[in-house]
Amino acid sequence: MSTELPESYGSPPDGAASAPSRRTFIATTTAVGSTVMAGGLVAGASLSGAAEASAAEAPPSGRVSLTVNGKRHATVIDNRTSLLDLLREHFGLPGTKKGCNAGACGACTVLVDGRRVNSCLTLAVRLDGAEVTTIEGLADGDELHPLQRAFVDLDAFQCGFCTPGQIMSGVGCIEEGHTGSHEEIREWMSGNICRCGCYVKIVRAVEQTARGK
Amino acid sequence: MHPFSFTKAADTRSALAAGQRGGRYIAGGTTLVDLMRETVERPETLVDISDLPLRDVTVTERGGLRIGALVRMAEAAAHPKVRTLHPVISQALELSASAQLRNMATIGGNIMQRTRCTYFRDVTAACNKREPGSGCAALEGFNRTHAILGTSDDCVATHPSDVAVAFAALEARVHLLGPDGERSVAFADFLLRPGSTPNREQALRKGELITAVEIPALARPLKSGYLKVRDRQSYEFALTSAAVALHIRAGVIREAKVAAGGVGTVPWKLPAVERHLIGERPSKSLWTQAAERAADGARPLEHNRFKTELLKRTVERQLRIVGGTA
Repeated sequence: MSTELPESYGSPPDGAASAPSRRTFIATTTAVGSTVMAGGLVAGASLSGAAEASAAEAPPSGRVSLTVNGKRHATVIDNRTSLLDLLREHFGLPGTKKGCNAGACGACTVLVDGRRVNSCLTLAVRLDGAEVTTIEGLADGDELHPLQRAFVDLDAFQCGFCTPGQIMSGVGCIEEGHTGSHEEIREWMSGNICRCGCYVKIVRAVEQTARGK
Repeated sequence: MHPFSFTKAADTRSALAAGQRGGRYIAGGTTLVDLMRETVERPETLVDISDLPLRDVTVTERGGLRIGALVRMAEAAAHPKVRTLHPVISQALELSASAQLRNMATIGGNIMQRTRCTYFRDVTAACNKREPGSGCAALEGFNRTHAILGTSDDCVATHPSDVAVAFAALEARVHLLGPDGERSVAFADFLLRPGSTPNREQALRKGELITAVEIPALARPLKSGYLKVRDRQSYEFALTSAAVALHIRAGVIREAKVAAGGVGTVPWKLPAVERHLIGERPSKSLWTQAAERAADGARPLEHNRFKTELLKRTVERQLRIVGGTA
């Protein structure tokens, strides 16, 4: 079982919404709850490593500077932080989803330097200088990316949880040119699981977008 | 995940120095980060080697094919030299994992990846590989996916790599760099059978770094390919697999390189099958007879008896696919 916790529930860094939201409300109350459970020995930002780090020492951290959806970020993070948690918990970009957190479902797929990868298995501290694109960075203003448009038009989802990962993976698949047939798309999209079973329409959306390219 | 310190090696020398101090190398990280999260792996220091100049695929002067340790799986699979010289490598790579993981994972990391045995990954279970002396929960447990070849009383876990099966078949060499300089190890000697020390998995010395995997020059023309049998069609580890390369001249098989995956504690070279093929003319009955030897020495467990027959059929089919039935 994963024992990771996001490192900081404090004030979100630049780029994140500053107004209270459902997400920050839940995060804050969760953090408070955990603090109580931990006996009030530790508080706030250093909560993360407390369960595992010896004594009250801050866990080893590193500085990373990277670009996410065209915006530069520089931050200091616990070395254990995954790119997925960095995006969701530090940068306020919860579009990228945490499914299995083990590289088995593809819900966390993002582009790093143009390549689709599993952000859950990517240590953020390694990404100094990287360019990351998430689902939030795909649209051009109010104009959806063609693959986003195709997912809407073709109704290529039900619950929607895997959809950001499917779309980011589909963008990578189209870019790599593995869209010659339904079979090829299915094979090269197999890293993205859809528990609702919307595969037929997902494949169609990728195919249609590739053709229109 | 346990806390760890992190350093990025600017060059090979500093990587080796950090490795000597006990640092753990990280390349693609797809296995290591996953196992660290499960607390199966608890390195104190990670040494990021991704900036080292080990990204080339080259044909050597002697006609071998050298794949740098940091070449990503996706890059290696798509490389024109790999595709034309050794389709078996490209196929094994592209039948592995997912497109995302292949964009991250490297060739060096791939052969270093650790078993998918569920008891190894479950820190509450007995596992001699993870915790020497604790026992093996798989022996009496749910062992449908486990090994039937190369097992011991201490461990029955399979090596999960596909491309390592191709490397074993092609008799690759692993190039290593350590504080005492360079050396190379035959692939068959690089990955270790469990014996009584299943925690020791590779013939690596402290701080040694994999720099490349080299396929020796082989007789041409060489036809090759990889077949993978699994519970679902994609994004799944092998139940059985077969890597086959055949050099056929004037209607006679002159060279045969065959190995199996999903069945051994290491990628399983099949010399008895190879010997049966050499000097013979391809025929349906030859493939069948040769494949009969594929499971020699198999010791199935309670739930994986099916693998013995499945392995023979996998090898037979792949011999037929690669060699034809002229």
